[in-house]
Amino acid sequence: MTAHSAIQPTHVTVGDAKDKNWYIDKSFEILMFICGISAIIFVVGIFLFVFKEGLGFILGDMNFSEFFLSQKWRPTSLNKATYGILAMVAGTAAVTGLAMLICLPISIGAAIFIAEFAKGRTREILKIVIEFLAAIPSVVWGFIALSIMNPLIINVFDVPMGLGVLNSAIILALMAAPIVTSIAEDAFKAVPDTYREAAEALGATRWQTIYKVILPAAKNGLLSAGLLGVGRGFGETMAILMASGHSINIPTSVFDSFRALTATIAAELGETAVGSPHYQSLFAIGIFLFLITFIINMTADFIVRGVRKG
Amino acid sequence: MVNSTVSRAKIKIEVKDLSIAYGGHKALGPVNLDIRESEIFGVIGPANSGKTSFLNAINRMDMMRTNMNVTGNIRIDDIDTRNWRNVYALRRKIGVVFPLPVGLPLSVYDNVALAPRLAGTAGTQAQLDELVERCLRRAALWDEVKDRLGHLGSLLSGGQQQRLTIARALSQSPEILMLDEFSIAVDPVTTMRIEDVLKELKSEMTIILVTNLVQQANRLADRTAFFLNGECVEIGETEQLFNGQAKDQRTNDYIGGKFG
Repeated sequence: MTAHSAIQPTHVTVGDAKDKNWYIDKSFEILMFICGISAIIFVVGIFLFVFKEGLGFILGDMNFSEFFLSQKWRPTSLNKATYGILAMVAGTAAVTGLAMLICLPISIGAAIFIAEFAKGRTREILKIVIEFLAAIPSVVWGFIALSIMNPLIINVFDVPMGLGVLNSAIILALMAAPIVTSIAEDAFKAVPDTYREAAEALGATRWQTIYKVILPAAKNGLLSAGLLGVGRGFGETMAILMASGHSINIPTSVFDSFRALTATIAAELGETAVGSPHYQSLFAIGIFLFLITFIINMTADFIVRGVRKG
Repeated sequence: MVNSTVSRAKIKIEVKDLSIAYGGHKALGPVNLDIRESEIFGVIGPANSGKTSFLNAINRMDMMRTNMNVTGNIRIDDIDTRNWRNVYALRRKIGVVFPLPVGLPLSVYDNVALAPRLAGTAGTQAQLDELVERCLRRAALWDEVKDRLGHLGSLLSGGQQQRLTIARALSQSPEILMLDEFSIAVDPVTTMRIEDVLKELKSEMTIILVTNLVQQANRLADRTAFFLNGECVEIGETEQLFNGQAKDQRTNDYIGGKFG
């Protein structure tokens, strides 16, 4: 021990000096840390900005029960301006729900086909085409809604107008399908092949294997795929603006026109005076949308964690 | 020892000129052998000898692998498996235990109840309960899991999962049980317990035991085949092979521990 401690000090000082590699390593650590927390900085920054703009309205002109329970959105009325978003919330929710009803079965079916059945070239071609679908700009989907879906719905269902919930939901379903499909496919790919072999060795048919073993094993991934689709539905603006008919109205049938929360902001923000109650009320809608997406993401996160622990 | 009785036993699986190739690369063959009813048939040999491919050919798992080419004949109960139109029914006759335990992400109970449910033979809840308990008991796992049948099977320990796999394989009352190096991920004590289970099961089903533990084949198998680099070198009574009476010098060397 004594002999060792006599030698140790010089050895330690030589080996312990901060050399070039140490500094490079340290600077990279700091750089990566900054990159890592930048997401938090941006989220907090955006939230603060939106909140600051909307705050005056929330503290001043806003009446909570009117905001959430009234369907009268008349921010430019000269006598008495009212700010009720109920109709828009109902419209957005209805369209998102219907879009998911259309999108999820098709997307999960497509994901099952790509992950479990398609082989080689078929598989590659399908994946490329689906990715291409995701690359179509949302305004082009708006064209399709106006010039193809609109007359189609009028002709097929014999209704006076084809812009509304059904049109928007179909467009939204098509827009969400590629991302939902690819996340769902990842979820299926993450199921180990040993599960498939074990199930097939027990005499399970392909369908039984998928239904009894692969779907339960992939359910977390499928859930996050679905929630991503819902988030997409709440956030989509341009295509919905063009496909919805943009009239304030609680939709009672799938052919009814409606107005989306996002579309209201997009259509009106440019025409308001900065700092006016109207301007601020649009930011209040923004805060509301922000909170909804936040809650959806948190729910997904908690469910996934809960399932993992169980 | 029991040679005379064994050789009189009925032939369960008849393998004729079986060859297996993966995309032109030969993995096994040609193999000619008979597996008798109610015997433990050992298959030994180093890695890459075609042992697992041999098992996959028997329960037609080659259908899952696009590049796996199987030629020759495998007859089970004198029916050519190549002509089975419903491979799922064929696989229900054959229980498989894989090298690494595969606890499916279902509860312990559902893991064992899966095969009867898939086959539509689950019966009443009481019958299914009884079947699950019987299979778990026979796999020497019941006492450890009886209070947590609802827990996820994939969260059991490795040794428990492997016994769960055996219970699952037994749940379809197979005529043939194939074990592929079942003891790789299992501790020695559990291995011995499973070996005892296999000795009991022998009277009810034909067991094919693929192992790279030479002594395991010696302990369990009635007859043993030695596969080496895709060639079936020798098939014989286990006792003879292990008494140094193997006909092929390579068999003696492998069993004696000179290679592999």
